[in-house]
Amino acid sequence: MSGWRKYTGLIVTLLIVLLLTFWPLITGKDITRETIFTILLSVALASSLNILLGYTGYVSFGHVVFFGLGGYVGFYLLSVQGWSLWIAMLAGGAASAILAFLLGKAILRLRGGYFALATIGVNEAMRAFINNFEPFGGPVGMTLNFQVYRDYGGPAQALWLSFYMLAALTIIVVIISYSVRMSKFGLGLLAIREDEDAAEVMGVIAPNVKTWAYVLSAIIPGILGVIFFFKNGNIEPAPAFRLHFSIEMIVMVMLGGQGTVLGPVLGGMGYQSLRGYLLTSPLFKNIQLAVAGALLLIIVLFVPAGVVGWLRQRFPALRRVLQ
Amino acid sequence: MDFLLASVIDGLLLGFVYGIAAMGLTLIWGVMNVINLAHGPIIALGMFSLYFIFSLLGLNPYLALILVAVLGLLLGILIYFVAVHRVIDAPHLSTLLATFSVNMIIIGLGTAAFTASPRNVEFSLGSFTVGSITLLGTRLVAAVLALAVTGGLYLFLYRTRPGRYIRAVANNRDAAELMGVPSAQILALSFGLGTMLAAISGGLIATFFPFTILAGGVYELKSFVIGVLGGLGNPVGALFGGLILGVLEGIIPTFMPTTWVPVLEFGLFVLILLVRPQGLFGARK
Repeated sequence: MSGWRKYTGLIVTLLIVLLLTFWPLITGKDITRETIFTILLSVALASSLNILLGYTGYVSFGHVVFFGLGGYVGFYLLSVQGWSLWIAMLAGGAASAILAFLLGKAILRLRGGYFALATIGVNEAMRAFINNFEPFGGPVGMTLNFQVYRDYGGPAQALWLSFYMLAALTIIVVIISYSVRMSKFGLGLLAIREDEDAAEVMGVIAPNVKTWAYVLSAIIPGILGVIFFFKNGNIEPAPAFRLHFSIEMIVMVMLGGQGTVLGPVLGGMGYQSLRGYLLTSPLFKNIQLAVAGALLLIIVLFVPAGVVGWLRQRFPALRRVLQ
Repeated sequence: MDFLLASVIDGLLLGFVYGIAAMGLTLIWGVMNVINLAHGPIIALGMFSLYFIFSLLGLNPYLALILVAVLGLLLGILIYFVAVHRVIDAPHLSTLLATFSVNMIIIGLGTAAFTASPRNVEFSLGSFTVGSITLLGTRLVAAVLALAVTGGLYLFLYRTRPGRYIRAVANNRDAAELMGVPSAQILALSFGLGTMLAAISGGLIATFFPFTILAGGVYELKSFVIGVLGGLGNPVGALFGGLILGVLEGIIPTFMPTTWVPVLEFGLFVLILLVRPQGLFGARK
């Protein structure tokens, strides 16, 4: 196998992301852009979570803590210190990476359900702390001065700018996800997922490898948080550290297929489209959460490998195309 | 000083109720290694069942509690066979997501049926005054009932045949099956007992706090904290964990703003997971 054929899996995934990106450019409508913004945000977050959840097999219920913390640090620099968006984004990513590194050293020792519980604890502790942390505005959070948008071509232009940056980050996270999966580092992660003790015997230095996987999966949500709350114009503890959002990310990864590059992309798209449909449909509007729950249950019980995993098992010929 | 004592006693009484909520969670974890993410909504369903039995049938809330317990048990057995049984041997993620989907279904239907406006059980037992301390009657009865439920659970687990089966399955499911224990039924019964405890705690909480369908979430998180404090899988530890948490909640606001309580609670939670994951009192396994 040589040339581009080697990268078919990556190309297919990137094409889907690019199609999503160009759609609002073609229609030029703000409403399409907003819809795609939500979908791309989900795709990027699910893909980043997949590095830890899908490849390494560690269930994190607190992935949103990186989104929230990055968002808060970036927002603080933007609104209070008056720094530029670019530096704020870097700082948000760095803050999340540092938190993930410290957490990785501490809680990645825990396995299975204990790790999952610890991530919930970390997210709740962080939210409660930010709620009391006056420099970040405590329970009322912070609001961006409208003047800030002027540096980025006015509010309308800032919305497009956020969209482009989100699209670029989504492409980056897909490439990271693919590179990890194809690398020796990624093989180490997969080995940990299958049997951590056996992996260590075979020479995988599990604590280090896991920590780097955690850091890698935390950087992008940190940067995304800055973009999201920059676009949003204000930040509060409850929406920044919403546990439910974390769990939605897991659902997206599961829906598409954990441990694959394409899975979280399809999962994010599928979940958000479905949610959009249920929220607007007159029949399901009131019970959309229950319908989504029932669908999730069916997937967990009957299609645990997700859409991509199922297709790969059912049609072996597709394995090269669907990575 | 009196103020501090009153806060401690109030916290202790509440701690008993927290304790049985956590006991339900930790029982399920201990028997089948499943973290039940539908715990909160089931607590909320316990609150609503008590509310409706009390306000529609006019039954005394403490008699209604018996009905609530039975409903909780049956609901748990149903949830086990529908959502958990198929994935009981699958990796953690599957059972976490299966129980979380039950959570979504209950919250979704509950919000549609009961709306999000808070309810209140119009019931009071007055208050007792001992020296300079005033105690609410409902809280005192709730604590006594919680203790009774704990005693009942202990007797059931240690003195009856199904109880012994549950402990055998918790200890080693394969060996228990080889000895002729019907493990599927026993797992379903354990899950049912766990949800029954959740429903009872919800019913007791409803007698003194207003609630919505989302109110269970707070107690689910508290149950995690308590379960880890007492050692996951250790029901008696859960009761002590509940008391510790209750006292902390009573004491902390006397010298810090109340909003710091969750910071300390969850900080403690993560700390205990790190340095002593088997809990303060050691788990059975």
